[in-house]
Amino acid sequence: MAECDGELNLSPFAISRASALLALGVVLAAVTAGFGPVLAMALYQSPARADPYLFQVVRFTLLQASLSAALSVAFAIPFARGLARRRFAGKDVLVNLLGLPLSLPAIVVVLGIVQIYGRQGWFGGVIEVYGLTGILLAHVFFNLPLAARILLGQLAAIPSESFRLGAQLGFRDRDVWTRIEWPQLARALPGVAILIFLLCTASFTVVLTLGGGPRATTLEVAIYQALRFDFDPPRAASLALIQLAICGSLVLLSYGFSPGAVGMPSLGRFASRYDGTSIAARMADGFAIAMALLLLLPPLLGITLPGLANLSIGSDLLPAAGTSLAIGLASALLAVLIVWPLAQLAARSHWWRRLTPLAMLLGLMVPPAVLATGWFIVLARFSTVSVPAAVLVVGMNALMALPFSYTALAPAVAVAAQRYDRLCSSLGLAGYRRMIVVDLAVLRQPLGLAFLMAAIVSLGDLTAIMLFGSQDFATLPSLIYRQMGTYRMASASGTALILTLFTFVLISLANRWSVADDKA
Amino acid sequence: MKKILTALFALFALAVPATARETLTIYTYDSFVSDWGPGAKIKEAFEKTCDCTIKWVAPGDGVAVLNRLKLEGKNTKADVVLGLDTNLTAEAASTGLFGKHGVDLSLARTPVAWTDEIFMPFDFAHFAVVYDSQAIKQPPTSLDELVNGDPTQKIVLEDPRSSTPGLGFLLWMKSVYGDKAGEAWKKLRPRILTTAPGWSDAYALFTKGEAPMVLSYTTSPAYHMIAEKTDRYKAASFSEGHYLQIEVAGLIDASPNRALAQKFLQFMMGPGFQDQIPTNNWMLPAGATSAPLPPAFDTLVKPTKTLLFTPEDVAQNRRAWIDEWLNAMAN
Repeated sequence: MAECDGELNLSPFAISRASALLALGVVLAAVTAGFGPVLAMALYQSPARADPYLFQVVRFTLLQASLSAALSVAFAIPFARGLARRRFAGKDVLVNLLGLPLSLPAIVVVLGIVQIYGRQGWFGGVIEVYGLTGILLAHVFFNLPLAARILLGQLAAIPSESFRLGAQLGFRDRDVWTRIEWPQLARALPGVAILIFLLCTASFTVVLTLGGGPRATTLEVAIYQALRFDFDPPRAASLALIQLAICGSLVLLSYGFSPGAVGMPSLGRFASRYDGTSIAARMADGFAIAMALLLLLPPLLGITLPGLANLSIGSDLLPAAGTSLAIGLASALLAVLIVWPLAQLAARSHWWRRLTPLAMLLGLMVPPAVLATGWFIVLARFSTVSVPAAVLVVGMNALMALPFSYTALAPAVAVAAQRYDRLCSSLGLAGYRRMIVVDLAVLRQPLGLAFLMAAIVSLGDLTAIMLFGSQDFATLPSLIYRQMGTYRMASASGTALILTLFTFVLISLANRWSVADDKA
Repeated sequence: MKKILTALFALFALAVPATARETLTIYTYDSFVSDWGPGAKIKEAFEKTCDCTIKWVAPGDGVAVLNRLKLEGKNTKADVVLGLDTNLTAEAASTGLFGKHGVDLSLARTPVAWTDEIFMPFDFAHFAVVYDSQAIKQPPTSLDELVNGDPTQKIVLEDPRSSTPGLGFLLWMKSVYGDKAGEAWKKLRPRILTTAPGWSDAYALFTKGEAPMVLSYTTSPAYHMIAEKTDRYKAASFSEGHYLQIEVAGLIDASPNRALAQKFLQFMMGPGFQDQIPTNNWMLPAGATSAPLPPAFDTLVKPTKTLLFTPEDVAQNRRAWIDEWLNAMAN
């Protein structure tokens, strides 16, 4: 019996620590295998020169990325709060729509924005779309929904007891905000902001196409140039190091501000809200939701409506949709398998809570072109069998999806750990049994969200598929790109519509599944 | 154990004749072998002439093909590399991987006499400013008119750092303006709506009507005439001449299938290959076709003067010229 007790106390930690170490090892190995060889080539040759243009590039990168992150978050906070407080017809559809932008390749979004605000657009001349404004508009279109979705998840995780208690204590809306909502949001904000910042730092097509000229360039473009046209790995490596240093220190800084508190226990029922009944509150919520819709819906229509006239189900469409789905599911599974043990350990260990988010973001900080080159060198040198392109695409997609999945899952895991750890250990539930009986049941929704977000990121990927893909292996985004590359702009708009519908159906099915499961 | 080994060996020995059909691995750019490209039909035609199989490998665009080759070095699995242009051949040749093609140089029907013994051309087209005839009644008739023209009439260009046509236009400007290219870029700057990362991004903006002009090829209007039955989009003829893009192929010297590779390059210059080029790759054939080109091609701009730097000039100066462009455009 004593033996048994010892095992009970030890095993949950031992198992989760071993699998978390394994997951972390996989991530670090993937990033090192990518960056290492390029760095090594840099060491053999002379380093890059620092020129004035480089400073301009760094300055512009930082400027547009911080503005994009700030704007996205600023719009997302009232939007998410409005969504959390209000019940209205079509709300579910709206929440599902939030997943769409991430699944769209950048050029598709750029063309959608141009369709609306461009010189010949439906609202042409309202704003000048070529320049910083256009870049910010596109980045907010991508990232406001992302931020809103994560923040909404945070607000939904507030136990209903908190609101009931607030109501009993006579909280006004402002008190609810400062005592209940804001503390919960504040936990996720640094993570969301830094995620958006990094995504915009790595922005390429949006910045070049809408930027107007080489004045608007990100480091990512400079790295791409160094690796491709100049085939100058040393310069690419030093530029990537600059990017890594800037992004890395910002990540560390932002997590320094993160309170990292853990939520309160609750029965886990969906919260009934007693606040926000005044006319002013209704109007504020309505305004916030309307503003967000005004930013999101026009470009979405600009993407989908032109496609309506060009819908054709070619012989290439079904295989591409199948490949997209398979790669999306495989990448999402891989991402969740990595994120799960790390989130579990981070919920219980101070050190891991600091370390893990940094590791999750590594794949976003090292440019994909550098990763691809490094992987290629390593495989060419050490692998005797040729690794199928699909494996590399899935690997890179999973790596890029990690921060999304982690942000969706980690806070909920932390809450569940605090809520159920004592109960589980008193019941003697541990290890895989606990995972199946408790964790999978209470964490089904955030787990589903983590999976869905990774799948969405992978569905919209054009980077990895372009770096590793081969001609007999096309996803929907690469099909769009190939159609555009052979003058078939109209067919490409039809395929973009199908990609949008396809993602929307997937998101709706996933959400229906998770809701249905809640009722059961 | 010994028996198993013997059995395995026997199995292996049996398996060899089945795979003895030679496989020719050809590295090329993505759109060449996409569903609409010429790749599939060329494969079919060549496989009829030999007891062999063509395996296409498409790691991206032409630049990506060259980089793949540099990364693989002597271990490359390529037998033939198809789809580099003359701006890349000097660098490609300096890898030391390519051997002489041994094809009769006089088979090359290019606007400039062909002398390269390592790379053989398979198609070409001149760069051109393509305009929307519904938006522009009087297109520029020279590069100088484009540079100095009405800044409210915009053009979409491609970035020379990430795009082949972008680099082509940079070289065009350089060959017309020489040392004054930087100033010319500054004058052109207000006319540029945006500099897209690639040809397809730029062309999509153009066909959406965002700008009445785009940098593309003299052959672009042929696509619209043949596939879309419209002559709305036309190429402007420039009096200074047009910069030329020639796409080439070469064989890997150390390839175990060198003889087959050579046979392919020979085949490349004939109708089995060339017939697929005009209406699938939308370029002009650099070898013999079995029939005259479709009538739409007769209506295309035929530059009276061809501009082209030598591959060596491009390799030596590309970076300096891109920096010159950056200085003019980014400050």
